[in-house]
Amino acid sequence: MKFGGEVVEKLTNNFKDYLKSCNWSKASSLIRFFGDLCNCHVISASSLLNLFETLVDVTMEDNIPQARSDFYVYSVLSALPFVGKELNDKNHENLEQLLNNIENYISKRSKTHHTALRVWYSDSPHPQEEYLDCLWAQISKLRSEKWVEKCLSRPYLSLDSVLCEALTHNLPQIQIPPHESSFIYPNPRVIFRLFDYTDCPEDNILPGAHNIERFLIEEHMRWIIDQNYFARKEWYKIDYLNYINKFLFSAIALLSFPGLLKQKIPLEYMVVEVILGELFTLPKSKYLEICYGSLLLELCKLQPSTLPQVLAQAVELLYDRLDSMNVDCIGRFASWFAYHLSNFQFSWDWDGWSTCLTADNLSPKQRFVRETLQRCMRLSYHQRIAEIVPETFQCLLPDLPAPNNKFAEDETGSLSGTPYAQKLLNVLKEKHTPEEALEVLKDIPNPLQESEEEPSYNPLKINVFLTCLLCYLSKSFTHLFAGFAKYQLCLKSLNTSEEAQICILKTMFEVWNSHQQLIILLTKKFLKAGIVQHSAVANWLFSKDMSAELTKSYVWELLHETILQQVKTVEKIEKELEEAKEPKPKSEDGKEAGADGDIPMEEMVEKLEEKLESAQSDQKNLFLIIFQRFIMLLSEHIQSCESQNKSFKNLWFRWMIGRLQQVFFEHQENVFKYVSTLESLLFTPEVDQHILLIFRQFCSLRA
Amino acid sequence: MEFFKRRREADTQLSRYRDQKFQGSRAEQEDKLLKSSTVYVGNLSFYTSEEQIYELFGKCGDIKRVILGLDRITKTPCGFCFVEFYDREDARNAMRYVKGTRLDDRIVRVDWDTGFEEGRQYGRGKTGGQVRDE
Repeated sequence: MKFGGEVVEKLTNNFKDYLKSCNWSKASSLIRFFGDLCNCHVISASSLLNLFETLVDVTMEDNIPQARSDFYVYSVLSALPFVGKELNDKNHENLEQLLNNIENYISKRSKTHHTALRVWYSDSPHPQEEYLDCLWAQISKLRSEKWVEKCLSRPYLSLDSVLCEALTHNLPQIQIPPHESSFIYPNPRVIFRLFDYTDCPEDNILPGAHNIERFLIEEHMRWIIDQNYFARKEWYKIDYLNYINKFLFSAIALLSFPGLLKQKIPLEYMVVEVILGELFTLPKSKYLEICYGSLLLELCKLQPSTLPQVLAQAVELLYDRLDSMNVDCIGRFASWFAYHLSNFQFSWDWDGWSTCLTADNLSPKQRFVRETLQRCMRLSYHQRIAEIVPETFQCLLPDLPAPNNKFAEDETGSLSGTPYAQKLLNVLKEKHTPEEALEVLKDIPNPLQESEEEPSYNPLKINVFLTCLLCYLSKSFTHLFAGFAKYQLCLKSLNTSEEAQICILKTMFEVWNSHQQLIILLTKKFLKAGIVQHSAVANWLFSKDMSAELTKSYVWELLHETILQQVKTVEKIEKELEEAKEPKPKSEDGKEAGADGDIPMEEMVEKLEEKLESAQSDQKNLFLIIFQRFIMLLSEHIQSCESQNKSFKNLWFRWMIGRLQQVFFEHQENVFKYVSTLESLLFTPEVDQHILLIFRQFCSLRA
Repeated sequence: MEFFKRRREADTQLSRYRDQKFQGSRAEQEDKLLKSSTVYVGNLSFYTSEEQIYELFGKCGDIKRVILGLDRITKTPCGFCFVEFYDREDARNAMRYVKGTRLDDRIVRVDWDTGFEEGRQYGRGKTGGQVRDE
C-alpha cells in the first residue's frame, strides 16, 4: 500500500523539478504518465483533474509569453487521449469545464508565427495547421466520439479485477513555478502534412488529419527517434529496441496497437512523413540533416521491398509542391536528396522532372534540380553526374571546377600584374620561403596611390599573390592547405584593413568561382587563421560583386558557416574563462598553481574577460551588419520595382526574404540576445512592412 | 534512464580492432581512442578525392583536416584516410551516421583513431598499399 504512495510522491517531486529546470519534454511526458496512472487506479481522477485545472490556469496569468501557456495547455491536451474516457466517466462536468477553458484560450491565441513556420505557404492539397489548433481539433473529435480511441496499448485492462480493488492515491496540490525571464519554452510548431489516404494503398487506411490516432502514432514515432537517434545502428542489435524495430516495420508492430488489428495502417507512409517532417522542421530541425538521412537509408535497408517506393513517392510529392515551399526547406530537400541518391548510385528518373527545364531560371523547381546536381557532384565528381542525367538536363549541371588564372592567360601582357605574377610563380615553384615571396611583392605599385593619399592596402599586390598561390596549389586540397599554411605569414601581412580583407575574398572568388565547396572551405581557413574577419565576409557577400550569386544557396551556406565560426569563437572564450575562474587545487607549498606558471591567475582572468567582451561585440556587430545589409538590399528592390510600376513580389524577392528569415531561424538563440537592439536600430516602423513582418514573426516565437 | 544512458555511450565503445603498430601500451592506446576526435576511414575507392570526404564528413561537423592514405611507393591514394575533427562530438556523429553508408558506391568503414602522426598516411603492405589488399 505504502509503495504506490511513495511512487506518486517521487513522481510529483520529479515533476516539480522538471518545471523548475525547464525540462519541458520530461515534464510533459510525466503529465501523460499521471493520466495513465489514473487508468491504473493509482491516482484518483479528481486529483488528476485538479492538476489539469492548475496547469490550464497558467493561461490566466498576466504578462507571460504565449509559449508558456501553450506548453501547459499542450501537455494537458496530449494527455487526454490516455485518460479522457476515465475522466469523462467519473467527473464529466469538471472535464467539460476544463475543456471550455481550453477552448476559450485556443480561440484567443495570437498566430503570427504560423505563416513563418509553415513548410508550404499553400493550403492545397493539405493545410499546414498550427500545432495547438490541430491538436484541439483532434481532441474535439475524440470528445464527440465519446473518448474512444483505437490505437493505444492498455495492458492494465486485462488486470482490471486486481486493479479495481486497489487503493488510489491523491496527487498533492502542485504549485506551478512562476515565469522567469530566463525561461525558454518550446517553440510553437506547425504540423507537417505530406500524405492523405489517397496516397496510400487501398487496404491500409491512413488516419485522417484530425483523427487522434494520427497524433498518437506520430508522437510515438518522434519519441522513438528522440530516444534512439544517437545510436541508429544499434536499433536491431539490442533486444528492447528490437521491439521498436518491429513496432515500426512489421506485422508485429500492429500487435502493439491492438485496436488496429482489423484496420491496417500504412506504417511506411507514416514513418516517412514523420522523418521528413522532422527534417523540414522550422525554425530548425532538432538534429543534423545526416541523422535523418542515414535513418532513412537504414529503413530502406530494413524494408527494401516497400520503403524505397514510399520514399520515392514522397520525393515526387515534394517536387510537385516546391513552388510554395519555404526557401530554407528547399535547400534541405536538395541536400538530403543528393545525399540519399549518393547511396543509390544516383539513379533517378530525371526525365520525369523535365518541367523544370522550361521554367524560369529562378523558379524553385529549376533551382532545386540545379542545387541537387551541385550537391551530387560534391559527393561524387563532375563527369559521373554528367553521365547520370539525360542529355536535356546538361544545361543544369554545375560548371567543371577549375581555377581561373588571369595572369597566365594574359598573353598580350595587358595586365599590370603579369610580370610580377610570373616572377612569383617561379619563386613558388622553386619552393622559396615566404620572405622571398614577399620580396617579389614589394615592388608592386599601388594603383590606389593615384587617388588616395595613403591607401590602406594594395589591391594589386593581393591580387597577384593570391591568384598565383591559389592556382599554383590547385592540384588538391592537401596541396592547397599545406601551401596555405606555409605562406600564412604573407597572407597575414596583406591583411592591412577591412578593404584588404574584402580584396582577399574577392580574389579568391575570382580564381575559384567554379568551385563552391572550395570557396566555403577556404573562407573558413581564412577566418580561423585570422586573415579575414567575420564581418568582412558578411560585407563581401552583400557587395555588388556577389549580387549575381545571392540566389545560389552556397552563398548562404557560407554566411551561416561564418556566423557559426563567430559563435563558436565566443563560446570557446567563455569556456576558457569559466575554467580559469575555477579555483585551482593548491599545491603543496600553499601557493596557488596557475595554469601558466608565469601569469598570475587574476591577470589571466582579466585578459580573458577583455577578450570575451571584444568577441561578443564582434558577434553582435556581425548580426547587425547582416540585418542592415538585408534591409538595404530588400528596400532597394522594393523601391526600384515600385518606381517601374512592377510588382516587387517576384521570385528574386521570395528567395531573398526567405534567406532573411533563415538567418533569424538558424541562429535563433543568439539573435534573441539582440532583439531589442534590432527593434530600435534596424527593424523600425520606417522599414517596409514586408521586411518588418519577418522580424515580427521571429519575435512571436517567444512572445 | 540508465538503460538509455548506456545506449548513448554505445557509440563511444571501441571496436575490437587495434592498430598493431601503435607506439605505447595498450592502456595508453585505449585512453587515446576514448578521447580522440579523429576517425580512420577505410574501404574507400582509390579514386575518391578529398573533396568528397570533406563533403560527406562535413555533414557531421567542422573538419580540421583530412589525411589521405597513400601507397608507400607510388604515393597515390590507396583506399583509406584519417578525418580529424575539431570536436569529439562531431567525430562521434561520423561514427553514428557515416559508418556503413556509401561513398563512391562503396560501403565505408569508420573507426576511432588515436590521432594522426606523421608516417601513418602510408600503406603498410609489402607492395606499398594496404595490407588488406594483398
